Amino acid sequence: MTTSAVADPTAKEWTSDEPFLVVDDLTVKFPTADGLVHAVTGLSYKVELGKTLGIVGESGSGKSVSSMAVVGLHDPKRTRMSGSIRVGGAEVVWLSESKMRRLRGNDVAMIFQDALAALHPFYRVGVQIAEAYLSHHPKATKREAQQKAVSMLDRVGIPQPDQRARDFPHQFSGGMRQRAMIAMALVNDPKLLFADEPTTALDVTVQAQILDLLQELQRDFGSAIVFITHDLGVIAEMADQVLVMYGGRAVEYGTCKDILTTPQMPYTWGLLESIPEMDSDPTQRLLPIAGTPPSLLTPPSGCPFHPRCRFTGDVPGDLCERELPELLPGIEGVRHLKRCHLRDSAEVLSRAATSTRES
Amino acid sequence: MTETIASDRSTADPSSADGSPLLEVTDLVKYFPVKSSGVIRRVIGQVQAVDGVSFSVGRAESLGLVGESGCGKTTTGRVLTKLYEPTSGSMVFEGTDLAPLSAKEMLPIRKDVQMIFQDPYTSLNPRHTVGAIVGTPLQVHSVVPRNKVLSRVQELLELVGLNPEHYNRYPNEFSGGQRQRIGIARALALQPKLMIADEPVSALDVSIQAQVINLLQDLQKEFDIAFLFIAHDLSVVRHFCPRVAVMYLGKIVEIGDRESIYRNAHHPYTQALLSAIPDVSQAQVGGRRERIWLEGDVPSPINPPSGCRFRTRCWKAQDICAEQEPPLLQIGDNPGHQAACHFSEPYDSAIHDAAKITRAAASRAATESDEANAS
Repeated sequence: MTTSAVADPTAKEWTSDEPFLVVDDLTVKFPTADGLVHAVTGLSYKVELGKTLGIVGESGSGKSVSSMAVVGLHDPKRTRMSGSIRVGGAEVVWLSESKMRRLRGNDVAMIFQDALAALHPFYRVGVQIAEAYLSHHPKATKREAQQKAVSMLDRVGIPQPDQRARDFPHQFSGGMRQRAMIAMALVNDPKLLFADEPTTALDVTVQAQILDLLQELQRDFGSAIVFITHDLGVIAEMADQVLVMYGGRAVEYGTCKDILTTPQMPYTWGLLESIPEMDSDPTQRLLPIAGTPPSLLTPPSGCPFHPRCRFTGDVPGDLCERELPELLPGIEGVRHLKRCHLRDSAEVLSRAATSTRES
Repeated sequence: MTETIASDRSTADPSSADGSPLLEVTDLVKYFPVKSSGVIRRVIGQVQAVDGVSFSVGRAESLGLVGESGCGKTTTGRVLTKLYEPTSGSMVFEGTDLAPLSAKEMLPIRKDVQMIFQDPYTSLNPRHTVGAIVGTPLQVHSVVPRNKVLSRVQELLELVGLNPEHYNRYPNEFSGGQRQRIGIARALALQPKLMIADEPVSALDVSIQAQVINLLQDLQKEFDIAFLFIAHDLSVVRHFCPRVAVMYLGKIVEIGDRESIYRNAHHPYTQALLSAIPDVSQAQVGGRRERIWLEGDVPSPINPPSGCRFRTRCWKAQDICAEQEPPLLQIGDNPGHQAACHFSEPYDSAIHDAAKITRAAASRAATESDEANAS
């Protein structure tokens, strides 16, 4: 069964109680000259069709590494991977390259931050999109593929798509290149789309257009989206569920509203406190998270966040330094999981927020 | 320790009493020639990167310069430090116009105008130690005796929150946030009066951004440094700068104090820009915020639209916008708030909606007439 979903085109009609993407206890390690890099440790999440999961974290938190594992972009010779990733019921960890190829671009697609680097500079934009279509529709003619490419460019809002399809990537503006890459990713109607910082390099007005486009396409095609970014504002507007990663682990996981309005893990709380908001008092000092992100070569003992955490004093003894907290339901129950020793973290954090406001 | 750096400042500033701004920029223009290919490289056009920009920065004040990529904000910063030669216009710094100065004449002034760069990975020489990077300006301008350079470098490192014992390390041994601190220490070494900060935090992680912003604010207060803060992140600019200028395609379209720009924007571009910022507090309601949809892309600065440069994407555009370039005019009775628009007014969603409907009707009529012609 494990591979039939990939081989069989009818498997695209995915009907099951299980969410379309299930990542279970995923661990990714890279052996390097300096030692073993613990990029992702024990990560689990689920995404249903038509829903968006936002993954938030700093650089080096493992958010990109974990998504590249799902798309099968890690070199097996240089990666140690364990756990399970099921896409539409099919296990994809260590799937053979040929089967992975059939899955990638067809059921699962990915868009990247740097569209100029992701598009080939020597080939016309239309040809590149047509190639993505042809490789998954071997029976289609070149003309059909070309027409499909033009209609896709039209779909993502490129003016005069039949002419612009003959342009090279450098003739496109930044926003148009991002649109072209989205067109390429969506040309085979994937059920699952990974968007790795798709708007970070763009201006705010262009970013707004791209986010609108992604939501519109999600409504039309009913696909699942995993949205990776460090911009909490973008997450707030795009995501249904949010996963916060720190030091290669999930530290908080729940609905978008719960996580961004009542965070229960000091790291998420710190992130929210450290960004200047549009309606905050500009004379008030920002509250940065002290220190720097942890080393993945020698992760800290206990809770990965404890060296930067302001609340270790609220936990009895040296529990934070000794023991890794589990990802467990907080006071709101299973819809809001947190990895923190604080018993009632919401209460402690709101107290801290008031005291810093007053000081 | 900090006193030693601050002490020589008070005596070195005779012109501060007359109330004139530290930097007065008038009609600054920077064009880059576009050359044809081939053997004889004729000039076939001009990229109008900055086209008639005027603003002033007071002592110890921060002016934010915001706008989208390609609007000329970075070019403005680079012209001010004379990394580019201005095409025309004047930039008077403490009574001296910097525009006509030669590199040699510029040298003593460079002490007072320093720059912080965006990318902490490319703006530090990987083969120089931190001590050499921060110490070189001190030696070039001979502000401290040679044997005191090291101790001053250590003071500066401590000031920006780095371990002073790390002066003999190389940039690759530091994280992004720490590297940006090294760049700040280098800019601070000469105790500048004006700091041009070109996207100083946009390459940093969110939690580190706040550390660097706080550091810059502390330094500004302590040493009375004026900042020209160039950034595309409007919420960071709002936090840092009491005055903000918004640029579009080489021109300032609106300038004013923080409150006027963020609460009472009059230029349609400023309104669109503000509405596009994703907002964390949106999580409480869910879904997307209502926003102003701008059509198309920024036009090419080689051949900008006639009249108002924003008219090709503006929902208020009329014939007059193509014919006359709107001047920067004062808004209401607030002398500090100016906008360059023929129809400047606070944002009204009703007008915007009405304009959208008329536009849609017009384009529908156009396609129908096209079809009628074709048949």
